[in-house]
Amino acid sequence: MTTEALVGARPARPAASAALWHRLLPLVTVLLIIAVLWYAAAIGLNSQRVRDQLNQTGQSWTTADLIAGTWSMERPVLPTPDQILREFWKTTAETPITNKRNLLYHAWITASATLLGFVFGTLLGIALAIGIVHVRTLDRSLLPWIIASQTIPILAIGPMIIVVLGNIGITGLIPKAIISGYLSFFPVTIGMVKGLRSPDVLQLDLMHTYNSSESQLFRKLRWPASMPFLFTSLKVSISISLVGAIVGELPTGATAGLGARLLTGSYYGQTIQIWTALLMASLLGAAMVYVVAGVERVVIRQMGQRA
Amino acid sequence: MTVALVRTGGDSVPAVSPDSVIDIRRLSLVFPTADTPVTALQDIDLAVGRGEFISFIGPSGCGKTTLLRVIADLERPTSGEISVNGVSPEQARQNRAYGYVFQAPALYPWRTVVRNVTLPLEIMGIAGAERVERAARYLDMVGLKGFERKFPWQLSGGMQQRVSIARALSFEPELLLMDEPFGALDEITRDRLNVELLRLWEKTGKTVIFVTHSIAEAVFLSSRIVVMSPRPGQILEVIPCDLPQGRTLDARETPQFLEIAHKVRVALRKGHSYDD
Repeated sequence: MTTEALVGARPARPAASAALWHRLLPLVTVLLIIAVLWYAAAIGLNSQRVRDQLNQTGQSWTTADLIAGTWSMERPVLPTPDQILREFWKTTAETPITNKRNLLYHAWITASATLLGFVFGTLLGIALAIGIVHVRTLDRSLLPWIIASQTIPILAIGPMIIVVLGNIGITGLIPKAIISGYLSFFPVTIGMVKGLRSPDVLQLDLMHTYNSSESQLFRKLRWPASMPFLFTSLKVSISISLVGAIVGELPTGATAGLGARLLTGSYYGQTIQIWTALLMASLLGAAMVYVVAGVERVVIRQMGQRA
Repeated sequence: MTVALVRTGGDSVPAVSPDSVIDIRRLSLVFPTADTPVTALQDIDLAVGRGEFISFIGPSGCGKTTLLRVIADLERPTSGEISVNGVSPEQARQNRAYGYVFQAPALYPWRTVVRNVTLPLEIMGIAGAERVERAARYLDMVGLKGFERKFPWQLSGGMQQRVSIARALSFEPELLLMDEPFGALDEITRDRLNVELLRLWEKTGKTVIFVTHSIAEAVFLSSRIVVMSPRPGQILEVIPCDLPQGRTLDARETPQFLEIAHKVRVALRKGHSYDD
C-alpha cells in the first residue's frame, strides 16, 4: 500500500467508529434501562424473604444489607442478571463439555431435536402448500384442518404424542422432533401457499403461451417466485421449532435438554438454573434465525435481488 | 397479400385464402359478470395474410387486447370460428406458433437478461449451446449486447421491453402478437423502438399483429389498420396503409401519412359515442 493510501485511510477510521457507535447507542441505552429495571424488580420481589431472614438473626440491619441480600440469594424469586451470567459462564465454560452439567450439552440435545423437527416441518409445510396450490379439492378440504391443528394448545397435545409414540417403541429424539415439526410446518404452509401463488397474471400467461407443462411452470416460475416467502416463513418456523422441542422435553421426564433443565429447575426452586436455561434457549434461537437469515441473503443475492 | 375480409352487415362468407395466417369469422366473446354480461367482442370478421403487419386501434374497452388474447388462446370465444395457421388457437399455441409481447415486460426478476431470453428455449427443450447463441443473436438485434448478465431491475423500462421482444423472437415464431408493447414508454424511446420493429419486420417477413391506441404508431408501422369501437367491441373499418417500404420517422410528415392518419381519426370518431 502506498503512503498516500495510508494517509487517505486515516480520517475514515474515526468516521467508521462513529457510525458503529451510532448503531450501538440505542442498543446500549435499552440494555441499560432493562438492567436498571431488572435490579429494581429483584429488590422488590426478593425483599420479603430477605427481610424475614434478616429479622430472624435478631441483629439490626440497614437498607444496604437488604439490597445486597436481594441481589445474592441462592433461590431468589427473580435472580439478577449478574447471577444468571455467572451461572451461565460456570455451566458452559468452566464445566467439561462431556459433563451432564454442561449447558452446551443440553443445548445440543435440544438443538438436534429442533433441527430435525424443522426439517420435518419444512418438508411437510412445502408438500402441503404444493398440494393446496395444485389441487382444488385440497385447497378446500385441507386448509381448515391445518388452521384447526394450530388452535390446539401444544402443551395439551405434546404429552399425547410422546405417550402414543412411546407405546409403539419410538422414543428419544423422534417424538420431540415430531412435536417441533407439528408447530413449525404451519408458517411454511401458509407462506408457501402465498408464495407459490405470487406470480402475476402476465408471468403465468407468458408460460401459457409457451405451452409449458405443469412441472415446468412450477420449476421455472412458482418455485423461484416463492423464495422470499419461504425464507420469511423459515425464520418464524425455526424459532417455533425450538419452542416445540423444549415443550417436547417437558412431559417426558427427560434427563437432558433445555426443557429438562427448566423442569428440574422448577422442581427444586432453582430459579437461577431456569433463567440460565432460558438465556441459553434464546441465544440458541437467535443463532438459528441468524443462520437462516444468512442463507436467505446468499440465495436472494444469487437470484439477483437487492438483499 | 390477401384482401381484407371485413363485413359490417355480413350475409356472404368470403372464401379463405390458403395463405391466410389468421381467419376469424363471426366471432363473439361475452364475459359473464355479476349483473349484466359484457359483450367484449361482437361479430368479428378478419383475415390476416402471411407477412402482414396489422394494427388494432381503438379506445380503451374496444376489445383489441381481448381479440389478441383470443388469437393467442388466452381467452376462449363464446361463438364464431377462428383459425390460426389453419388450426384452432389452442393447437396453434401447442405448436408454439406465436410469440407474445405483453404491455409490461413481464420479465422474471430472478433471471438475468440472457436467462430471461432463453426461458422459452429451455421450455421448448432446445440444447444449451444453441440457447446461448440465439439469445446473443436476438439481444444484439434489439441493441442489448453487453447487458446479458444484468438483472431486469438494472435496466430502464425501454430496455426491459426490448428484452421481452428478444424473448418473443428467440424461438423464431412466424407470428408475433404484440399488445401495446411500447405503451408505457416515453415518446423518444417509443419512436426508436418503432423504427427497430419496422426494420425487423421488413427483414424477417414475420406476420405481426400489433395493438395500440396511438394513431401515429399504427400508421407508421402497419400494412393494414383495423379500427375498433367499444360497447360492444367490434371492427368499424379496415384501412389499408401502403406507405413505401424502408420508411423512416420522417415519413410521418408526408401528405400520404397524414391522409391515412386522418382516415383513421375519422373512423375512430365515428365509433366513439359520448352518450354514456
